[in-house]
Amino acid sequence: MHAVKNTYYVPSASYWPIMGSIGLVMAATGAVTALHNHNSQYGFYLLLLGFTMLVAMLFGWFRSVICEDAAELYSRQVEQSFRWGMAWFIFSEVAFFGAFFGVLFYARNYSVPWLAGSGDGVMTHHLLWPEFQGVWPLVENPDPTKFQNPKWYMGAWGVPAINTLILLSSAVTVTWAHWGVLQARRLQIILGLAATVLLGSLFLYFQAYEYIHAYQELELKISSGIYGTIFFTLTGFHGLHVAMGTLMLTVIGFRSLKGHFSPDNHFAFEATAWYWHFVDVVWLCLFVFVYCL
Amino acid sequence: MFLCSSLAQAAYRLDLSPGVTEVSRKIYTLHHMVLWICIAIGIVVFSVMFYALVKHRKKAGARAAEFHENIWVEIGWMVVPLLILVALAIPATKTLLFMHDTEESELSVKITGYQWKWKYDYMGDNFGFFSELSTPQEAIQGKKEKGEHYLLEVNHPLVLPVHQKIRLLVTSNDVIHSWWVPAFGVKQDAIPGFINEAWIKIEKPGTYRGQCAELCGRGHAFMPIVVVAKTATDYQKWLSEQKLASLTIDLSSRTLEWLQREGKAIYEKNCMTCHQGTGEGVPGAFPALKGGRVATGPIKQHIQTVLWGVEGTAMQAFKEQLNDVELAAVITYERNAWGNDVRVQHNKTEPLVQPADIQSYLKKQ
Amino acid sequence: MRTGERPKGVIRWITTTNHKDIGTLYLVLAFILFFVGGSMALVIRTELFAPGLQWVDPDFFNQMSTLHGLIMIFGFLMPSFVGLANWQIPMMIGAPDMALPRMNNLSFWILPFAFLLLASTLFIEGPAPNFGWTLYPPLSTTYGPDSTDFLIFSIHLMGISSIMGAINIIATILNLRAPGMSLIKMPIFVWTWLITAFLLIAVMPVLAGSVTMMLMDRHFGTSFFNAGGGGDPVLFQHLFWFFGHPEVYILILPAFGVISEILPTFSRKKLFGRTSMIYAVGCIALLSFLVWAHHMFTVGMPVAGELFFMYTTMLIAVPTGVKVFNWVATLYRGSITFEPPMLFALAFILLFTIGGFSGLMLAMVPADFQYHDTYFVVAHFHYVLVPGAVFALFAAIYYWLPKWTGRLYNMHIARWHFWLSFLAVNLLFFPMHFLGLAGMPRRIADYALQFAEFNRMASIGGFTFGIAQLLFIVVVIQCILRGPRTTSRVWEGSHGLEWTLPSPAPYHSFAIPPKIE
Ligand code: HEA
Ligand code: HEA
Ligand code: HEC
Ligand code: CUA
Ligand SMILES: [Cu+2]
Repeated sequence: MHAVKNTYYVPSASYWPIMGSIGLVMAATGAVTALHNHNSQYGFYLLLLGFTMLVAMLFGWFRSVICEDAAELYSRQVEQSFRWGMAWFIFSEVAFFGAFFGVLFYARNYSVPWLAGSGDGVMTHHLLWPEFQGVWPLVENPDPTKFQNPKWYMGAWGVPAINTLILLSSAVTVTWAHWGVLQARRLQIILGLAATVLLGSLFLYFQAYEYIHAYQELELKISSGIYGTIFFTLTGFHGLHVAMGTLMLTVIGFRSLKGHFSPDNHFAFEATAWYWHFVDVVWLCLFVFVYCL
Repeated sequence: MFLCSSLAQAAYRLDLSPGVTEVSRKIYTLHHMVLWICIAIGIVVFSVMFYALVKHRKKAGARAAEFHENIWVEIGWMVVPLLILVALAIPATKTLLFMHDTEESELSVKITGYQWKWKYDYMGDNFGFFSELSTPQEAIQGKKEKGEHYLLEVNHPLVLPVHQKIRLLVTSNDVIHSWWVPAFGVKQDAIPGFINEAWIKIEKPGTYRGQCAELCGRGHAFMPIVVVAKTATDYQKWLSEQKLASLTIDLSSRTLEWLQREGKAIYEKNCMTCHQGTGEGVPGAFPALKGGRVATGPIKQHIQTVLWGVEGTAMQAFKEQLNDVELAAVITYERNAWGNDVRVQHNKTEPLVQPADIQSYLKKQ
Repeated sequence: MRTGERPKGVIRWITTTNHKDIGTLYLVLAFILFFVGGSMALVIRTELFAPGLQWVDPDFFNQMSTLHGLIMIFGFLMPSFVGLANWQIPMMIGAPDMALPRMNNLSFWILPFAFLLLASTLFIEGPAPNFGWTLYPPLSTTYGPDSTDFLIFSIHLMGISSIMGAINIIATILNLRAPGMSLIKMPIFVWTWLITAFLLIAVMPVLAGSVTMMLMDRHFGTSFFNAGGGGDPVLFQHLFWFFGHPEVYILILPAFGVISEILPTFSRKKLFGRTSMIYAVGCIALLSFLVWAHHMFTVGMPVAGELFFMYTTMLIAVPTGVKVFNWVATLYRGSITFEPPMLFALAFILLFTIGGFSGLMLAMVPADFQYHDTYFVVAHFHYVLVPGAVFALFAAIYYWLPKWTGRLYNMHIARWHFWLSFLAVNLLFFPMHFLGLAGMPRRIADYALQFAEFNRMASIGGFTFGIAQLLFIVVVIQCILRGPRTTSRVWEGSHGLEWTLPSPAPYHSFAIPPKIE
């Protein structure tokens, strides 16, 4: 890693990618089968198998990368490619969440007011939904027979506020761990990462708690109209990302224990930290746009 | 290019129609303006190109020049198109604003798209009807001569008065359709759950034809629109006739044969696109009625399915679309066709439904 | 697998990390799918040959046009230009390979499976997707056939593949340029791909998100696109076209790049206004995010929205005009020869511009009320896609094939391929303008009698065009097997790094980075 090489390292032929694509297509086929055939287990098993293959592929693939790195096959330039790769991957995630925030914006500012008769929606309201009142958060749907009304919406100042604090402090701990890497302080790295993983898990725990509260007490479900829909999809996808990030941090933690990272070679650590910060920023937007406003 | 100019020459056959409303004429003018501007730009650009291709061939001894930049030329060919675009945008904006002015209409018609027919409701007069393709299946299948208005003819055209500003309230009962009559310059998507507005002011009595313009499933090609524009007096006459006609339906009992015969015709018009002539449906999309659970089961369930449809599926409610006699007929037909009568007997349920049964079912609701 | 080992046979292709192998795989898959998608187009053209229902059920017709659109765009054009990028970008910037070669393999190998999944919809019980490539709900949600879910996952897979492919291309361009090749010195083709890759990463996730919403509306009771719960079917259209409009520029920008490489070679003159060409592509890309609703002028938008989208859409004509004018200026006072790549490039300029003009007409909102969802639109987009993007693809292959194989192809047959395609494509798509203006809606399996003649012409053109493409296959296969050897420069006027490599280019393009002055 230290000597800048003239030739670029091109990895040799590899079986991991084909395993990944087969895993993916199996998972997809399994998922569809499971959706259509509720009483057959077959689809579910296929989904599981595909997923397992995918996970195995990821482990194998990253192991190859780690070995190649340990064998000092990579130059600075290769590392730079990885950086670009991760940065643009995160950008694509931004676009993905952007779509869902776009839905939230559209529902609040266009479709709901329109159905409730503002602007050009006078006749829509008058002829089709005369009873409907467009108040956000939507607790009374235009057609409550199809989309059951929730009892109430989710407030901002209980669990969500705590979760905001948790994620914000996790950003601090992960940065602290990063300083540890830069100064080669093992203990600081391990403690920082452990704290971050702990905070991440705590966040997930609270979110699960919040979901149960929503379903059981507020009767706020993913199927209770556009508010529930957007609430659960946005927080749900975010939650998945937190889970992913926590997993990544855990792996990075074990690798730190093994002493994989040095002050000038720890890209895997940095990539995970970027990802974690991204997840953090998404949460802040969520907190503001879904809960507060 | 030569193709472009041939377009203009044969304009009478190949072009938009100027139509019979002010909007459609404005659109027509705009269309020609932008078309001719494009043709003109095309002539200039392609002339230069072909000049170069002929003059600066290597074969003709051309030697390549050195230039590859000229800031002023480049600014020029950014600014000139920009000006042209501004010149186009001004009339386009004006026309658009004109089109969006729905104030002060004298008559409102609600237009609802169904798979695959239109429903017209005259808002002030509290009556309405369905309008669907009247071209016979045999003509479509090529077993019969195709008439002049093949695929552009309906059983009940929309009748409108001329010289009145009419507001159209367009919506849909199932999927997205689009109500389009070229001669009026109106194309408005019918979105389920929303109402879109448009307006027309027809200038000439006559018959105007259009089609559904948004893919809406299997019968998308088969849901035409026909509008008959009448003078104010003719329109009033038509209106009163309609109101009379809708009052008189004979609800007395019919024979099994009569119901089956009438039911078959109604089935072919309303149900066949999905459930097929053989009653076998399309696997995975439309269930078979031949030997079907509902069509050979308890009568109440059958009536309910046809009257109210099945929520969230393509099976629509026919209560508004067919009158009680027709409903009785089509249900009776389904219970006896394709050998269903055997199953019906085996299930020990009634093969016959009378208009009165429909009425008593509705009363119990 | 051990370092340095290079497997043989099928295993080589499955496990390869080499940019040329992967480029070849992309191109082969793309052309297989071109023939599949083209055959579906021929089913459409056969049914439309005469009025009346002759050959297929209307629902099957809808399935055909849906799959035709999806396969041509996602299966043919996108992979083929990614294939070109794989072959050419490392060679043009002086790199040994792509930046992330193993991921490159994954990007490709997801695709065959994605399309198997898509094709499987034709064979499982119930109809295949039959709601158009635009997937509008509720036809695709509440009323969609079961196979829709396969389509959704297939789109997810394609999306993953394109995003990874695009990340790879960006990383390669930003990171692996030979020393001395500053961004501004970079070949135009590479520039267009840099910007295209950016567009891909920005919009593919939006498509993935929107089909995910479809999936949830279908199965989990959400109400994204259902007014009963406060959603809106039109919301899907906004999301789809936010992806869809940049998508069409994803298809055309690399084509612009190809044309900008080819014209200077065969005019033996430098590209006119190189810098402004790069800025123009950038402008087009940025504007493409602001025009999406021009596909939805008739859905009932507020008037301010319609005006905004009309103005932005019209604006795109300016940077595109800059490109066209610069190309013509490149030709002007050159020393022009007419090899097959040049022929296709010239036809591109001519016919793409006609397609662009009809695009501009569509952008005028009031007029679009008449054009929308008619064959005028079908004519527009086939003009920009077929004699546009597809011709650019042919031009590129005819241009670089000798470099790839080290052999020349049969110019004579290639010229035939060109002239037949050129005539047929106009016979196929030009009459569609008239059909649209005369009032024929798109996506219909049967039509009124007054449309019969032009439909017959179009169908004849379609079959001729299809047959002409067989010539292309002949040319390529003959070239690979028996073409005469060629030099490293191949064309008299060729310029750029790839022509400094021997033909065929070595397996690892630039093992040692070349020096650029
Ligand atoms: C490669 C693909 C491609 C490209 C490049 C374009 C380019 C353009 N398109 Fe097209 N379009 C499609 C693919 C493409 N399109 C597809 C697939 C659809 C249909 C999708 C579906 O519904 O299924 C569609 C539909 C479509 C519509 C919707 C129509 C409708 O459904 O009602 C509109 C409307 O504005 C439009 C406009 C434009 C414009 C203004 C351009 C501009 O970029 C064109 C600019 C070019 C020029 C104008 C020519 C060159 C310029 C000059 C010579 C300069 C001087 C010119 C002037 C000042 C006029 N397109
Ligand atoms: C890159 C994109 C692309 C390409 C290349 C094409 C190519 C062609 N398209 Fe396509 N088309 C679309 C993209 C494309 N199309 C899209 C996006 C739609 C909209 C879909 C929708 O509405 O949802 C559409 C819709 C569309 C329609 C409208 C359908 C409808 O509205 O109902 C029609 C109708 O004629 C058509 C025809 C053709 C034809 C004849 C070709 C030809 O160029 C095809 C030529 C290729 C071949 C013919 C195959 C190769 C040869 C053989 C298989 C050998 C055998 C040949 C013979 C024996 C003759 N297309
Ligand atoms: C647009 C398509 C369409 C049309 C037109 C249509 N149906 Fe249906 N029909 C359906 C679908 C889809 C179902 C299945 C609903 C479900 O999933 O339960 C159905 C179900 C039925 C059933 C119940 C079948 C069973 O065994 O579950 C009956 C009976 C029926 N339709 C009768 C009719 C009659 C009578 C007409 C015409 C007057 C008609 N349908 C027109 C689509 C249609
Ligand atoms: Cu209704 Cu198309
Ligand atoms: Cu567009």
